[in-house]
Amino acid sequence: MASIECMTSKAMADIEASVDRWISRRESVDADQKMAEYSRYIGRKVLFILACIVAAFFAAGYDLTIGPYDISIWETYEVIWNHIMGLPLDYRDDLVIWTMRLPRIVTGVIAGFGLAIAGVVMQTILRNPLADPYTTGVSSGASFGASLAIGFGLSVAGAGGLGIVVNAFFFSLIPMAVIVFVSKMRGASPATMVMAGIAVMYIFNAMTTMIKLWVDADTLANIFAWSVGTLDVKGWDHIATMFAFTLASGIVLMVMSRRLNVLSTGDESARSIGINANRLRIFSLFVVSMLTAGIVSFTGLIGFVGLVCPHIARMIVGSDVKYLLPASGFFGSALLIVADIVGRSVFEGSALQVGVVTAFIGGPMFLWLIIRQKKESW
Amino acid sequence: MGESIIDVEGLSFGYDERTILHDITFRIDEPGFYCIIGPNGVGKSTLIKCITGHIKPGSGKVSIYGRDVRDYRLDELAKVVGYVPVMNADFNVLTVLDTVLIGRYSHQKWRTTPEDLAIAHGALESMEIGDLAMRYFSELSAGQRQKVSLARGLVQEPRILILDEPTSNLDVRHQMYVSAFLKTLCEKTGMTVLMISHDLNLAAKFSDEVLVMAPPGKLYGIGPPGQIVTERMIEEVYEVPCEIIDDHGSPHVILQLRGPPHRTS
Repeated sequence: MASIECMTSKAMADIEASVDRWISRRESVDADQKMAEYSRYIGRKVLFILACIVAAFFAAGYDLTIGPYDISIWETYEVIWNHIMGLPLDYRDDLVIWTMRLPRIVTGVIAGFGLAIAGVVMQTILRNPLADPYTTGVSSGASFGASLAIGFGLSVAGAGGLGIVVNAFFFSLIPMAVIVFVSKMRGASPATMVMAGIAVMYIFNAMTTMIKLWVDADTLANIFAWSVGTLDVKGWDHIATMFAFTLASGIVLMVMSRRLNVLSTGDESARSIGINANRLRIFSLFVVSMLTAGIVSFTGLIGFVGLVCPHIARMIVGSDVKYLLPASGFFGSALLIVADIVGRSVFEGSALQVGVVTAFIGGPMFLWLIIRQKKESW
Repeated sequence: MGESIIDVEGLSFGYDERTILHDITFRIDEPGFYCIIGPNGVGKSTLIKCITGHIKPGSGKVSIYGRDVRDYRLDELAKVVGYVPVMNADFNVLTVLDTVLIGRYSHQKWRTTPEDLAIAHGALESMEIGDLAMRYFSELSAGQRQKVSLARGLVQEPRILILDEPTSNLDVRHQMYVSAFLKTLCEKTGMTVLMISHDLNLAAKFSDEVLVMAPPGKLYGIGPPGQIVTERMIEEVYEVPCEIIDDHGSPHVILQLRGPPHRTS
């Protein structure tokens, strides 16, 4: 070791000991103790996820009781259970809960979950805390498609409710195609993707505004109602479609969660760990665009959930996507249901659309968390 | 001649009309500690990105253990070559422990095992930052981030570790510590470390061989510090006059920006 003779013998002995400890790392570190500490660290994240599931469950139960037909929270669970199990039940209870109220609640749970996990992935892959379905233009595309169908009856799938849904879905995928095209031309950096998304968003917004200027007052009101978002999705078959999109995307994203974490260390670092960052980013964007399109084409634009839920969940469970995805998703479900409860009970008679209430509840909550946050997570 | 660890043959690379690397050829046949030195903008980082397969050479070829680096699958390459670039904290929103565990990606399954944790904590302790495990990466100082990045490279357990200025933000004690640690690790495990450094004395003291890059993106030479780190090389490559003195058998560079140094004893 002639080359490091310049160091003192004590310093050199310390370094040799340090290298020896590293070489025998599997034995020299108390793995059981570290695992116990790590399990507690993970346990706190899992606890938050469970708390969100419980909150969403009870909030959904309470939401089912709201309305002129009087029924308790426990009776609502009983009605649902009996309906699923094929047990005998009261016809009126079943009609009110299963047919009239439950679709709205299930829509809220699915939309809240889907939009929140879409936000997590968009913020992660674009490395931008402001990324959400709006940033990539997906929502603007959907809005234009719906406006085109409502305003002029122009749809890729005929007129009527289905025409609006399919048109919104079709046009919400266009921004994603543009982003991928631009990224391929210039090298898919996150900044390129955000800028391309914002450019497409402005183009679609301008076209939607033009449609609004050309239609009559009644049609304008319909376009406006769609654009603020609603949980009043028509029928279980539409909900099943939303659920299929959310479940399939959720599974794919969970499987990809470890890879998504790797993007946090930068594209070059990701490659040296064995991940093609560009390819992963484009594929994730495709999955998330499909997910968002699958939701907003039915519900209209429900803002805020995709932007804020990931941040609130991140403050509590950290940024490991494996835990952030479910935490943010179930928090989004709970938040959307609570927003629906507030919208329908506090503003009884003139129920506010859920998108508006979500911003009213989530905005101050988010501000409060930002102010009291000690650690910098972005 | 046996199989080289790294074999760079006629490597050239450029962006648009500008050529960065001109016909670089060298081989690393023995495991050890190697430093790349050279002035700013001479193509040192570009060279290591070609070696790690991050960028495709315009012409020429890079082989790792006898196989073209572009023929490796990324997950295969990750087990052979670990590359630690200058890590940006702007978007790293993970804790230090989670950041280091990411280096285990190619070895890990879905769950983090006690072995992964032992390795991650072992790497953090080796870099003397075991107490930072639960802190956010973005909260750390530039020097602490460099040590976390090094720990991330170590847990990957590659046969070749390639580092882009890993000591640039460290104080002198930690520069010495990290360099001596890597050098000793190479000697004890047969690992190969290839590292870019701007500190000529650090490179001269610890390297088995020094690779010198000179403008415009050419290889000036490669060899043991005693042979390559000379007054003539520093004048020709950096255009700075200097005096070389012997420091326990390795060259020590004293730059002469304002004339010869004053001896105090």
